[in-house]
Amino acid sequence: MTFDEGQGYAVLATLAAPLLAALILVFIPGTQKMAVRYVAAFFGAVMLGLSIYVFVAYQVDGEQIQMSLKWVWVENTAFLGKDGIVLNLAVDGISAPMALLTGVVAFAGTITSWKINYRNKDFFILYFILLAGVYGTFFSFDLFFWFFFYELAVMPLYLLIGVWGSTRKEYGAMKLTLMLVGGSVLIWIGIFAVFNEANLGTFDMQRLFAAGNDGTLSPTFQKVFFPMFVVGCGVLAALWPFHTWSPDGHMSAPTAVSMVHAGVLMKLGAFGIIRLGIQMLPVGAEFWMPGLMVLGVTGAVYGATAALTQRDFKLISGYSSVSHMGYVLMGLATMNQIGITGAVLQMFSHGVMTALVFLMIGALYDQAHTRDMKDFGGIAKVMPMWVVFYAIAGLANVGLPGLSGFTAEFHIFVGTFQTYPVFGALAIFAAALAATYMLRMFSMVFFGPFNPRWKDLKDLTPLEAMAGALLIASIVVMGVWWAPFTDRIGTTVAALPGVVG
Amino acid sequence: MRDYALFVPEYIAAGWAVLVIAIELFWPKVRKDTLAYVTAAGALAWAVSALFYIGNEPESFQGLIQSDNFTTYFRLLAAGIVAAVSIMSANYLRDRTKTAGEYFGLLLVAGCATVYMAAATELITAYISLELLSFCLYILVGYLKRDNLSSEAALKYILLGAFSSAMLLYGMSLLYGIAGSTSYEGISQGLAARDQGGTDAGIVVAFMLILAGVGFKVSAAPFHMWAPDAYQGAPLPITALLSTLSKAAGFALILRLFSLAFVVDAVEWRWAFATLAAVTMTAGNLLALQQKNLKRLVAYSSIGQVGYMLVTIAAIGYGDATVGVNATSGLLVHIVGYVVSTLALFTALTAYYNKTGDDTIVGLRGLAETQPFLAVVITASFFSFAGLPFFAGFTTKLLMFQGATTDELLWVIGLAVLNSFISLYYYLMIVRQMYLFDPIPGMVRFRINPVMWVMSAGLMLGVLLIGIYPGPAFKAAENAAKPLFQQAEPGVAARQP
Repeated sequence: MTFDEGQGYAVLATLAAPLLAALILVFIPGTQKMAVRYVAAFFGAVMLGLSIYVFVAYQVDGEQIQMSLKWVWVENTAFLGKDGIVLNLAVDGISAPMALLTGVVAFAGTITSWKINYRNKDFFILYFILLAGVYGTFFSFDLFFWFFFYELAVMPLYLLIGVWGSTRKEYGAMKLTLMLVGGSVLIWIGIFAVFNEANLGTFDMQRLFAAGNDGTLSPTFQKVFFPMFVVGCGVLAALWPFHTWSPDGHMSAPTAVSMVHAGVLMKLGAFGIIRLGIQMLPVGAEFWMPGLMVLGVTGAVYGATAALTQRDFKLISGYSSVSHMGYVLMGLATMNQIGITGAVLQMFSHGVMTALVFLMIGALYDQAHTRDMKDFGGIAKVMPMWVVFYAIAGLANVGLPGLSGFTAEFHIFVGTFQTYPVFGALAIFAAALAATYMLRMFSMVFFGPFNPRWKDLKDLTPLEAMAGALLIASIVVMGVWWAPFTDRIGTTVAALPGVVG
Repeated sequence: MRDYALFVPEYIAAGWAVLVIAIELFWPKVRKDTLAYVTAAGALAWAVSALFYIGNEPESFQGLIQSDNFTTYFRLLAAGIVAAVSIMSANYLRDRTKTAGEYFGLLLVAGCATVYMAAATELITAYISLELLSFCLYILVGYLKRDNLSSEAALKYILLGAFSSAMLLYGMSLLYGIAGSTSYEGISQGLAARDQGGTDAGIVVAFMLILAGVGFKVSAAPFHMWAPDAYQGAPLPITALLSTLSKAAGFALILRLFSLAFVVDAVEWRWAFATLAAVTMTAGNLLALQQKNLKRLVAYSSIGQVGYMLVTIAAIGYGDATVGVNATSGLLVHIVGYVVSTLALFTALTAYYNKTGDDTIVGLRGLAETQPFLAVVITASFFSFAGLPFFAGFTTKLLMFQGATTDELLWVIGLAVLNSFISLYYYLMIVRQMYLFDPIPGMVRFRINPVMWVMSAGLMLGVLLIGIYPGPAFKAAENAAKPLFQQAEPGVAARQP
């Protein structure tokens, strides 16, 4: 192991924090449930702090890739040349907001999980391993470690959902795991092919990006393998028609896992499409992007339509996630500056607002033990704060100006109209559908005749309120002051190959 | 020159085997677990003496056996496996038999046989080493002679084993007829000197017979029929031995034989290895899906693993010497990862079996409640087999497949990755039993033997270490692979048609 340079200690610390947390938790006896909670909350706060630091420290007018740190892992062995496998951590304009998102959602999820009582030590160990995988994927500029962390983020989900989940958890956990790993299979094959075709003896992504640009990866090769990466990553990003794990998985998952999963993990898929698709195989991207646009629009409209017909809160959010991730894919498919910027904004926006939605659903379900909308009515009487929080999330979902959803969707729609006006119109139609299912939910659950069965429901606990407030703060900040986001994202998007102004 | 000093480590192992048998002969009341620890100490002494051979110049003993890094790599591996399996066997045998001296003696002899299979550079020597290993295994599989399953397994194994040896011998004689030599170097020259016009039916038949023979030993489909029965009937630690030592030995022999002797005529056999790999991995994984018994499941899953490993042999046939080194290094490091994961799995299973005597999958219900530590070890090994990150399987599989990737073989690699995906399903079904269900009523927490606890923990740390920091192991594997491809200059031209 050789250590090359090191300005990236903040990045390394952000990645190491969850791993350290998991390691410490291993040595705490499982009976010390309070100690486990305090350690988890502490590291949740540390991760939030470090993530904010990484986001703020990324200099808008500096180099595109900053805070890099390289530890050479394996080199000059067999097919690995110099810099064969490197723990190459860095931040660019896209991973900076993603890191912030992870920190916010992770902290909110950690304190939401305070009330978990059944084997909470094991829960938090797996939860932190998942988060380490997420951070690692966002920060890695080495294909080996990128895939390592990508898989690491998927791995703990089976147990997290299977053991701590609810409704049909075994089915949901198995379906989700198999579909996501099935996607990884395609990525894995693609990685072998890319390494072989580039023949550089390194997994260094920046050199592979260069190889994609200068034709070392031949155009035919790129056209053949681009779909593999997009479908492989797309499964995790709920790309229609590979989205079917999403509603089932979300329905079964425990609250914090739903939050992290919908909030952050699904973004790894879209992030993978940017990294492995657009950056590494630009020719393939140019060739296939219209196809991705069609799938993205289909997902957006389909998800919104399906959400209209559901009665289970979590299913509605599951399908609405499919719809919103459809917007992300549309934004990426525009291949223009404003569209892709919008896609990344939407990744952040959807992350925080979905986390908020799942947090609220969890707060209700833990008391009511049902998620059927028909059972509720007039909840505003007993849970006023809950209703306000949920309404903010719902309105952000719909795209109300002043909240994050508007900022993101506006960018995406403008981008789409520049290249594909027809699809832009369809997407706006989907946004109108979103308003319909949200308002339908408001009227059925929040207001209307009060069902006396629910007179004993308690409002949010202080911890839930705190988590919710943090998420709302993010939603509002991005809704009114998006410059810090667009500046950072813009630097990297402008440098993406094949992107038009 | 006859340099008897080349194989000092094996003298130690073989001498120790005699010693272990003698101890029990003169002191029949000796505790069987003491005997196990004595054997493990012998294996460790063997490993330590092998350390002095790392990096030595390759030297041949009369052109029959070769001492180089490749040999030393398998020395260390075999010694490690023998040590782990004897410790695993300690309580298992104490509870079940009255005589164990032969058992532990044969373990050491089997280890020696593995080394000679890796070292052999001549067909007859290779064959004799192979038979030495096989006979040790035949006896060990049937060691619990009062157990019907064990006896049945041994009988089946012997009959099919004899049949496959016959095929192997037939192939070797045909080859001797064509090439005019039994030494690997002589065969290589004989094949290269042959008229290259058109395919020679005789040589293809010879290769296919040899392929079938060695395919049986590593249990490649369609020659895998013995494996599930032998695995199920054998004493549990011997099941571990079958799925680690005998496979490693088989690949050691295949690697040296095909890379040194047969590589000049790669056109005639490489497609067969690619097909064999594809069939083996698919058959193993699909059949594993339906198993109810843990040992049978592991048998089929190890058949799947063999399928992945065979890809690299095909790659040696398709590529040049560079690809050969890459693929072989990948294979060697993967074998280590696979062996450590398998040993971790079987240590945990044996500790569990010693208390419960249950080897069905549903028997593991709720293990996370009754014995959380064993559940973690078993999960870690299965995740390693499935190739999930943090565990050895992810890294070593990635290195192996990457080393074996050539344009012609991309489809097999794709199939292999797809197969690891299938395998994840049945591994998860076991994890599901352990973590998602409540224990069977009446099952309570039990204490496990501290030695087994420490060994499981150590092996699991090994799985994690190889998974997280594979550098040193990979470097060692590369050094071991290099000697196989050094003298390849004259044949190289003939390789790529």
